Amino acid sequence: MDDLLSEFLTETNENIGIVDASLVVLEQDPSDESHIDSIFRLVHTIKGTCGFLGLPRLEAVAHAGENVLGKIRDKELTVTTDVVTLILEAMDAIKDILATIEETEEEPAGNDADLISRLNDVAFGEIATEAALAPEQDEIPAGMVSEAELEAAFQAAEGPDDDFKEADLRPGEVSLEELEAAFQAAEGPDDMVAPPAVTQEKSPPEEKNNAVEKTSKESSIANQSIRVNVQMLENLMTMVSELVLTRNQLLQMVRGMDDNEFTVPLQRLSHVTTELQEGLMKTRMQPIGNAWSKLPRIVRDLSHDLGKKIDLVMHGAETELDRQVLELIKDPLTHMVRNSADHGLEVTEDRLAVGKPETGKIILEAYHEGGHIIIKITDDGRGLNSEKIKKKVIDSGLATEAELNGMSKQQIHNFIMRAGFSTAEKITNVSGRGVGMDVVRSNIEKIGGTIALTSEEGEGSTFTIKIPLTLAIVSALIVECCGERFAIPQTSVVELVRASTNGSSDHTIEMINASPVLRLRDHLLPLVHLSEIMRLETAADEVADRSDVKGSEEFIIVIQVASFLFGIVVDRVFDTEEIVVKPIAPILKNLSIFSGNTILGDGSVIMILDPNGIAAMSGDAVVTSESSVNEETSQAQVQDEKVALLVFRAGGKDPKAVPLSLVARLEEIDVGTIEVANGKRVVQYRGQLMPLTTIDDNIEIKEEGRQAVLVFSDQDRSMGLVVDEIVDIVEDHLDVEMISERDGYVGSAVIRGKATDIVDVGYCLNKCFGSWVGDSQTRPFGHSNEKQKVLLVDDSPFFRNMLVPLLKTAGYDVSTAENGIDALKKRESGETFDIIISDIEMPEMDGFRFAEEVKGDDRWNGTPIVALSSHTTPGDFDRGRAVGFSDYVAKFDRDSLMSALSQTLRESGSAR
Amino acid sequence: MTTRNIQDYVTVLIADQLFGIPVLEVHDVLRGLRLTKIPLAPAEVAGVLNLRGRIVTAIDVRERLGLPQRKDKENGMSIVVEHQGEPYSLMIDDVGEVLSLDLNELLPTPVTLNSCWKEVSGGVYRLENKLLVVMQIEQLLNFADNSTIAA
Repeated sequence: MDDLLSEFLTETNENIGIVDASLVVLEQDPSDESHIDSIFRLVHTIKGTCGFLGLPRLEAVAHAGENVLGKIRDKELTVTTDVVTLILEAMDAIKDILATIEETEEEPAGNDADLISRLNDVAFGEIATEAALAPEQDEIPAGMVSEAELEAAFQAAEGPDDDFKEADLRPGEVSLEELEAAFQAAEGPDDMVAPPAVTQEKSPPEEKNNAVEKTSKESSIANQSIRVNVQMLENLMTMVSELVLTRNQLLQMVRGMDDNEFTVPLQRLSHVTTELQEGLMKTRMQPIGNAWSKLPRIVRDLSHDLGKKIDLVMHGAETELDRQVLELIKDPLTHMVRNSADHGLEVTEDRLAVGKPETGKIILEAYHEGGHIIIKITDDGRGLNSEKIKKKVIDSGLATEAELNGMSKQQIHNFIMRAGFSTAEKITNVSGRGVGMDVVRSNIEKIGGTIALTSEEGEGSTFTIKIPLTLAIVSALIVECCGERFAIPQTSVVELVRASTNGSSDHTIEMINASPVLRLRDHLLPLVHLSEIMRLETAADEVADRSDVKGSEEFIIVIQVASFLFGIVVDRVFDTEEIVVKPIAPILKNLSIFSGNTILGDGSVIMILDPNGIAAMSGDAVVTSESSVNEETSQAQVQDEKVALLVFRAGGKDPKAVPLSLVARLEEIDVGTIEVANGKRVVQYRGQLMPLTTIDDNIEIKEEGRQAVLVFSDQDRSMGLVVDEIVDIVEDHLDVEMISERDGYVGSAVIRGKATDIVDVGYCLNKCFGSWVGDSQTRPFGHSNEKQKVLLVDDSPFFRNMLVPLLKTAGYDVSTAENGIDALKKRESGETFDIIISDIEMPEMDGFRFAEEVKGDDRWNGTPIVALSSHTTPGDFDRGRAVGFSDYVAKFDRDSLMSALSQTLRESGSAR
Repeated sequence: MTTRNIQDYVTVLIADQLFGIPVLEVHDVLRGLRLTKIPLAPAEVAGVLNLRGRIVTAIDVRERLGLPQRKDKENGMSIVVEHQGEPYSLMIDDVGEVLSLDLNELLPTPVTLNSCWKEVSGGVYRLENKLLVVMQIEQLLNFADNSTIAA
């Protein structure tokens, strides 16, 4: 079953359980507002998720339920038994549908119109007062009400034939299907009494509810994973730490003695303890990508629903996060991305109207920074409208106008994170009920994090979530200085250098006016002595000859903080250890050089250094050099452009690769499903026929089993490239060193130290559909018999090689230039083009200067330029637009490039 | 006089002065644990130690009270208390018996005491041959605000 779906089932079953319980409490004490809030949020979540998963029936029921709950929350409706019963009924309907989904993976057909209309009556109808509602409820327990329910219940049971049979079944006489299901659920056959109960015609609603609840509780999906309270893991962790300490003490005791009967068992104990510790640690750490895995799909569906083009970019998915933290930020993140897509980004027309690229961007980033995990969500949408927020704040009475006038823009923006606040003008299916940002904020604050928001109207918004690392486990380098040990987080350590104080090794610490520095390759590395920062230098040290006390060598730990490199001089370097970061006592909080402390394997407590704090403490020198280093590294980054490549094998042992960005999906298809149509091999894929091709004609498709396929998609058509094996995804520099003569290959490059053939996707596409790129969206603008002339300026031969066939197949006449100067030579020689595509990062003359050159001269003045770059920060966009680029396209986004081309040509065409 | 006003104190000895700590606040009594010093920390913080997997901040009570350092640092004892969910180990000279004292007999702190003593003291009991100063843990640990801001 789809991971997403199974997770949804587990989660929703859990949520409904909570809603059930909370509703009962609410019924007893209608004045308790905390319950209605949490119920409302849970139902809201259920509804939202259903929408994304394409479960309209569930969504409709949840939506109607939410309406009623919303009225209760807004105090327009009082909590009565009838209202609660009705909502519970809606929950039961949801449970029934869920049960069917779990069995069939599809939403049962059926209609909840009756239930929904009654819910809506309560929510909106003036007639549906308590008096009118009460008799309806009392009298029709087995009438209309249960009919709708029963239908769902029938669906939830086996096939239609079984309906009546099952009612008679005894525990011993269950049908084969049921038995199978029962075995899979790892439950005894006794449990199967539940389904008959569901289908019993005359059973009163309460009993039925119980039965339904029972089935959902036994649901196999929910049982596949166990949710363990993190507090329990925490306790276990503490106990294991204790165990480790005890073990170490024992080891210490035995070490003194020669062979004795304890040695072997103790060794075993030692092993088991280590494994236990590691295992437990592992249970807690997960890459943040896990919390993101749902997002691409959600964004995809959203972009579909909202009619917006949305590009979701994710960086740092591998950043490890404590499980508890991860769980807690998952929902807020989803909320925020949803918000960005719904409220943040404008619809396509609006975007085009203000000169933004058609495709809106949402960028998710995660990284570690100085004992914190930073998660950024950036969109390039409309930003926050301060005036609108002000108005809403005044309307909802959160602040007075006078108060608002005294507030900064930032403060005003922060109102969006208050409860009950939504600036969306209409309540959409997606968001806008005011249960967004306040939930996000409270969830993040719960784990001691902060959330900050910066927004420029018209430019977009950035949310920065900062979560302390307090629960996280980090790998740390243990060092010693003046007899004290410290831990330095491995993430900020770049390298270790051994330096002598007397010139006996390659590296020597030199002094510039008492400031130590080190020549490190082509850098001059500023150094700080840990002992001096810590003021650990004792009087004895100063008296004694330094080299005598400290030995003839010192160790330099090269640290990188943001883009600033410096070295910390320590006396000794021990090992690296995985440590559990524990927060330091509140009275020590203002010591910025420590990010926490931890207990080492030997039981001693050790302080964890915060490289940020040390950098800050090491004074002015650091600050002044920072900017220059900054430039240097960013320069280096430009040179080090890396490309994500999918490495695979097909026909022979040699690795082959395609740029990952061109691959839509990786699939494994059952060879049995391959059919032949029109002389070509095809498979049915997502309701369509997808042609399969191989790179070489002599590659055989397997006889049986499963076959790995790379799927390339363009709009609604897909093509599958059959490969033997998908090897890996690597990020590497791509230099096509040998241009290939063979069809189907761009050339060869060295990837991960191996010669690798780069596959020409364009060729494969052509092989499948001659007119792959020939559809309305991407068709070049202009007369059919007159090809549009494109000049492609890019320094990377790979991209030229990749793009040229692509552009050619799309019907453009393509010329290339290696850099701006090369391109301008073409201008001198009198060539003209309809459009120029230019890279930004190029040697000699970069894209910005090139654009200025082009725009500053009459000959090519009217030619539109599209920027092509892997750097797509908002700043780049602005700069690009300022120097005259018509559009700005991310380097690997073929679709955007194609549509940007035809769009730009169309615009410039109509302008002429 | 009612029996309800009885309060139990763990008595501790610091520089020959008897102090009382309400018995319910005392989590542990320790002897001779290995301390990890914290550079740059306020002088009152002697270091941190590992108490059964928890990291406990050790407070040098003598320093806090402006008393001279002990000569034989090795033989000291510690009392572990909790403040705002964080454990602290108070370094003291010795631990005495537990006394049950009547709150009605608690006398206010003499105004002439040194300011840091006045802060910490929650009153004085007149025992038969000695005076017992009630130690207010919260006040004792409150040095972070005043001292480190100044530093």
